[in-house]
Amino acid sequence: MSQSTPPGRSDEAQSLPQPFDHGIEAAALRGGAIVDRVYDAAITFFALCVPLLLLLLIFEVGKAGWPAFQKFGIGFLFSSEWDPVNLKFGAAPAIFGTIVSSIIALILATPLALGVAIYVAEFAPPWLRQPVGFLVDLLAAIPSVVYGLWGVFVLVPVLREHVMPFLRDTLHLGGTPLFSGPAYGPSMLAAGVVLAIMVLPYISSVAREVLLAVPRSQREAALALGATRWEAIRGAVLPFAKSGIIGGIILGLGRALGETMAVTMVIGNRHELAASLFAPGYTIASLIANEFAEASNEMHLSALMAVGFVLFAITLLVNAVARWLVWQTASQARSAK
Amino acid sequence: MVGMADSEPSSKCEVTKRHDPPMTSLPNGGPSKRQRETASRTRKTLRRRRATNAFMVGVLALSAVLATIPLILILYHLLKSGLSSVNVDFFTNTPKPPGETGGGMYNAIVGTLMLVAMASVIGMPVGIGAGLYLAERKGTKLANTVRFLADVLNGLPSIVMGIFAWEFLVKPIGHFSALAGAAALAAMMVPMVTRTTEEMVSLVPTSLREAALALGYSRARTAMTVVLRTATAGIVTGALVAVARIAGETAPLLFTALGNQFTSYALNKPIAALPLQIFNYAVSPYDDWHAQAWAGALVLIALVLIISLAARAATRGRIDLGAD
Repeated sequence: MSQSTPPGRSDEAQSLPQPFDHGIEAAALRGGAIVDRVYDAAITFFALCVPLLLLLLIFEVGKAGWPAFQKFGIGFLFSSEWDPVNLKFGAAPAIFGTIVSSIIALILATPLALGVAIYVAEFAPPWLRQPVGFLVDLLAAIPSVVYGLWGVFVLVPVLREHVMPFLRDTLHLGGTPLFSGPAYGPSMLAAGVVLAIMVLPYISSVAREVLLAVPRSQREAALALGATRWEAIRGAVLPFAKSGIIGGIILGLGRALGETMAVTMVIGNRHELAASLFAPGYTIASLIANEFAEASNEMHLSALMAVGFVLFAITLLVNAVARWLVWQTASQARSAK
Repeated sequence: MVGMADSEPSSKCEVTKRHDPPMTSLPNGGPSKRQRETASRTRKTLRRRRATNAFMVGVLALSAVLATIPLILILYHLLKSGLSSVNVDFFTNTPKPPGETGGGMYNAIVGTLMLVAMASVIGMPVGIGAGLYLAERKGTKLANTVRFLADVLNGLPSIVMGIFAWEFLVKPIGHFSALAGAAALAAMMVPMVTRTTEEMVSLVPTSLREAALALGYSRARTAMTVVLRTATAGIVTGALVAVARIAGETAPLLFTALGNQFTSYALNKPIAALPLQIFNYAVSPYDDWHAQAWAGALVLIALVLIISLAARAATRGRIDLGAD
């Protein structure tokens, strides 16, 4: 381990004992060296716990889902038949629902989140900055199940009684497949709206941080050329922060894809590939939450593990892209300073 | 809103205000026709640009207002529907069967506290140790890998953690248990604590570390008495944020702790938890249980907010490490 560390503090510390190699001090220092070795071992062990945990998780979930993958092959991802009695499992409706509900969430949350982030980072008077930022961040502290409770008893009735009829009849969107059909309360739309509220704080806090990381010189240059503040933001700040903001949005997507409880409570839980947002659906996470405890047989369980693995793979990919984008902006900002 | 933003004493706005182009008079007396046209066009575009600016400030301020509405609505409904059921009974009694009013969530409150405490005991040392490693071995291959994987784990859907814990702990043992639930929560905590600890330890000035090492402290002693001590406020904040998050988690507990209608203190038996109880009550068909679910949600939110505020307080007032 010590070889791989760059020449720095830790190496100096390790080579420190030698010049004093005599008497009581030497003994004390040797004691220190032993303690150091224990300390090194301990923190290395703890650090190794993280990759171990992940490997174990991939192995266990993969192993449990393997029978389903083996039996249904690639068709597992594209078949929409889910019949625990006849042992037919296809995850297409759940995968479809996961993606659609997350996209609705992003469409609703992104403009709002960016609006707050820009307002707080650029325009808000100093006394308003902290409270607004705090209130929005507080949304992230609310447990998923509370969103679900609120969704079931407040949001879903409002959607069913007012929003859905408004969209379909008043705005005459009923002709389009997206807004047609009877207005069930629990629906893809309800899941999307709840998810939008839930990912809002994630997107806005990343965007805010990225905006604050944009070097002052960037703004000042635009303002010095006579740009209004909005022009400076649009022309100089946002392009600089773009990839970081996109990273934040994708991070929000990652959250939305894996969200379980709130979605389970409002999406209606039905295996169906419906084009209408008013129709109930399923997401991978809600499918697992709903059926796992009552899995009737080994293959059912294995199929649920397999969709869990698919969800894991999707979020892994999405998060990796997001981290990379945020990291890129950060390093760009560093080099600009 | 617009007025406030404009009147903010900052050099930024001044620039646009002084922009009206002063036309220098020419020797032949007065600006030419072309110059006058240019000037009027400039003034017109400037008016339009200023209007756009004001409009966008308005839109942004509006979105800030809109973004806070869901929070206010949720808190309002929690208080409206939950407050009436939060009483002494709620904290001291166990649930009543459907149809009987009253009863409480003593079992779930105890369960959540036990689960969170156990998860913290398991997860925090690992997280803090791993965080120390990341900060002290910055730039090494292993550190970079661990950091990346910690971020991956952080983004992992909690339901996946739930089925993993079931496969790994519940299935081999043969029954649901509080310990399996705590382990699942601990696994969620580790990456969060790892990353915040790393950030906080990285903020400790190098000079402090070097001073301790120069005095002959071993690296272990430096880490314990100087580095961790200095970063305590930040680490406590990070740990509390992690606790607040796992306290509200439901998905990892669905197939591990399972839930329990009775009070249980046993680690190897299913145990109740507030989020689980709220979920089960919310999806039940009974009105009494719905009321209890609202009350439970109110108590859960209060718990989470208290922990979150404690986390904020822990950073404030102590050494300002630049966080927040």
